[in-house]
Amino acid sequence: MTELGTIEERQRHAARPLDPNNPLPVVAPSTTFETVSEQISSIVLTRKTPIFWWCVFGFGLFLFIVFGIAVTYLLGKGVGIWGVEIPVAWGFAITNFVWWIGIGHAGTLISAFLLLMRQSWRNSINRFAEAMTIFAVMCAGMFPFLHLGRAWIFYWILPYPNTMTAQPNFRSPLVWDVFAVSTYFTISLLFWYIGMIPDLATLRDRAPTKFKYAVYGIMSFGWRGSSHHWRLHETACLLLAGIATPLVLSVHTVVSFDFTIAILPGWHSTIFPPYFVAGAIYSGFAMVLVLGLPLRRVYGLHNLITVRHLNNCGKLMLATGLFLAYTYLIEPFTAWYSGNGFEMYTVHNRAVGPHSWSYWLVILLNVIIPQALWFYKVRTRAIPLFAVSLVVLVGMWVERFMIIVTALDRDFLPSSWSNFIATFWDNATFWGSIGMFLVLFMLFVRFLPMIPMSEVRTLLPFSKPGGGTEK
Amino acid sequence: MNDIEIYGVVAEFDDPTALVEAAHQVKKEGYRKFEAYTPYPIKDLDELVPGRNFVPLIVLIGGLIGSATAWSMEYYIAAIDYPLNVGGRPLYSWPSFIPILFELTVLFAGTFAFFGTLALCGFPRPHFPLFNLPQFAEATSKRFFLCIEKRDALYDSQLTAAFLRDLQAIGVWEVENT
Repeated sequence: MTELGTIEERQRHAARPLDPNNPLPVVAPSTTFETVSEQISSIVLTRKTPIFWWCVFGFGLFLFIVFGIAVTYLLGKGVGIWGVEIPVAWGFAITNFVWWIGIGHAGTLISAFLLLMRQSWRNSINRFAEAMTIFAVMCAGMFPFLHLGRAWIFYWILPYPNTMTAQPNFRSPLVWDVFAVSTYFTISLLFWYIGMIPDLATLRDRAPTKFKYAVYGIMSFGWRGSSHHWRLHETACLLLAGIATPLVLSVHTVVSFDFTIAILPGWHSTIFPPYFVAGAIYSGFAMVLVLGLPLRRVYGLHNLITVRHLNNCGKLMLATGLFLAYTYLIEPFTAWYSGNGFEMYTVHNRAVGPHSWSYWLVILLNVIIPQALWFYKVRTRAIPLFAVSLVVLVGMWVERFMIIVTALDRDFLPSSWSNFIATFWDNATFWGSIGMFLVLFMLFVRFLPMIPMSEVRTLLPFSKPGGGTEK
Repeated sequence: MNDIEIYGVVAEFDDPTALVEAAHQVKKEGYRKFEAYTPYPIKDLDELVPGRNFVPLIVLIGGLIGSATAWSMEYYIAAIDYPLNVGGRPLYSWPSFIPILFELTVLFAGTFAFFGTLALCGFPRPHFPLFNLPQFAEATSKRFFLCIEKRDALYDSQLTAAFLRDLQAIGVWEVENT
C-alpha cells in the first residue's frame, strides 16, 4: 500500500467520482471521519445553542401551554366545547389525528423502505425524520384519546379481563386502529433508538463533562463498536426495516378503514387505503423538508444534507402528489359510474356545498401549486422548496378536513343534515398539538445527534477497506 | 505487576484498509479470540471476526409468538368469552382478525429484535476493559482497533504485541482487565 498521508488528508482531497446519471454528491467533498463526528456531536455537546433554537422552542412552549389549558378545560367540561355534534361527530379531532399520523409516515419510509432499497443517500436524513415520526405519532395519539369524551377510561378499548365481562369487537376497524397505532409508535421508537446507540457512544466518548459522560454512557448501554456487535446491529436494523415497511403501509390503511368500512357516501370506497397512504407520504416529506431546511441552514449542515437530498425529497413529493391528484380525479368518476344518487350528491356537495372552499383549496394546494416541483430549480433551492412544502402541509390538513366534514354533514337524510363550525377550543387544541410537536422536536435537536454519524461515515471515501465507500 | 489481570493487547490503526489487512494476518497466524472495534460497520470484517448471529432466529420466534398470541386472543374473546352477533356474521370471522394478527406479529418481532440484540451484545454493560485505554475513546469517532484477548491459546504478551506492531499499527498497548 502506498503511503498518501493519513486517512484524514486523503478523505479531504478525495476526488468524487461523478455519476453521469446523478452529478450531485450525497456528502459534500472534504468531509472526513473526524469532521463529521465533530460537526454533529458539537451541536449537542459544546456549541452555544443558537437564537433560532430558543425562538422556535419558546414559540412551541407557548403553544404547548395553550394545549395544556385546552386539554384541561376539555377534560373538565367534555367534548361539547368543540364544534363536534351529530352528524359531524369527528370534526377537528379526527382530522388532526389523520394529519399527524400521516406526517409520521415519511420518517418510517425514509428509515425503513429506503434502507431496504439501498438508497444510501437517506443515511444523513433518517435520524431526524424518524424523530419527526415519533413525535407526530405522539401528537396523533392524543386526538382519538381526547375525542373519547371520557379519556380517563381509555383502557376500556383494550382487551383485558374486567369486572364488566365486556370485550372489544375485533371486527371493528376502530379496534384495529388501537393496535396499529400503538404498534407503529413502539416499533418506530425501538428502530430509532437502536440506530442511535452507536452515535450516543460517540457523544459519550467526546463528552466534555463527567455528567454528560455519565448520561450518554447510560443511554448508549456501553456500545464499543465491536465488529461482532456491528453485525448484530446491522441485522437487527435490516429486520426492523423489513417489518416496519409493511407496518407503515398497514397503519394508514387501517386508518382509512375507519372511514371506508362505514357505508357513508364519500367514504365507502376501495381507493381509500392507497389514497390515504399516498397522502400520508406526501405530507410527511413536506414536513421533513419544513424541518430539515431550517436545521440545515442554522446548523450549517449543507455538507450532509446536500442538494441531492432536496432534489430526491422533491421528486418523491411530486410522485406521491400526482398519485393523490389521480385519486381526486377518480373519486368523482367512481361516484358517477356507480349511478348512486347519494354518492353523486356527496361530490356535488363537495364542489358547491357549504364547505366547497375546502374542496377547491385542496385542489389548489395539493395539486396545482406543487406542480412547481417539476422544475429542477424549485427542487434544489431551499426557499421555494420550503414554500411548496408548507403549502402541501396546509393542503393535506384541509384535505383530511374536507373528507371528514363534507361526507358527514350531508348524508342520506336531509332532516339530519347539519353544518360544522369549529370553535376556539378546536383551534386551540390543534395549534397546541403543533406546540407539543415543536417542543419535543427542539429538545431532540438540542440533546440527541440529529444526523446519524456512524451511517454518514459509511458514505465517505476510503470508508471501505481498499478504497471506495462502504455503502 | 503480576497481580494485575490483563485483558489483552490492543493495536490502533488510522485506516480501515490497514485494520482489515491486520485482521487477515491475525487470523492466518492462528489467533481465534480477537475482536475489531470500528466507528462504523465494515462488511469485510464479517467473515474474519468470529461470532454467530442469532438475531434472525430471535426475530422469527418473536413474530411467531406474536401471531399465536393475536390469533388465540381474538378467537377466545370473539368466539368463546364474549360472543357478539354483528349482523349475523360468524363468531369466528377470521378475515377481520387479520389486521390485529399482523400488527401483533410486527410488535412482537420488533420488540424481540431490539431486546434480543441488546442481550446478545451483553448490554447494558457501561464499562468494558478496553475503556481503560484513553485512546480507545476514538474508536467511536475515527480510529480502528484490533484486540487479541489473553484467553487466546497463542497469546503471549511480548510476541503478540510485537506481531501487531509489525502490522502497520500506529500504537500497541496491553490493557488491564478491570
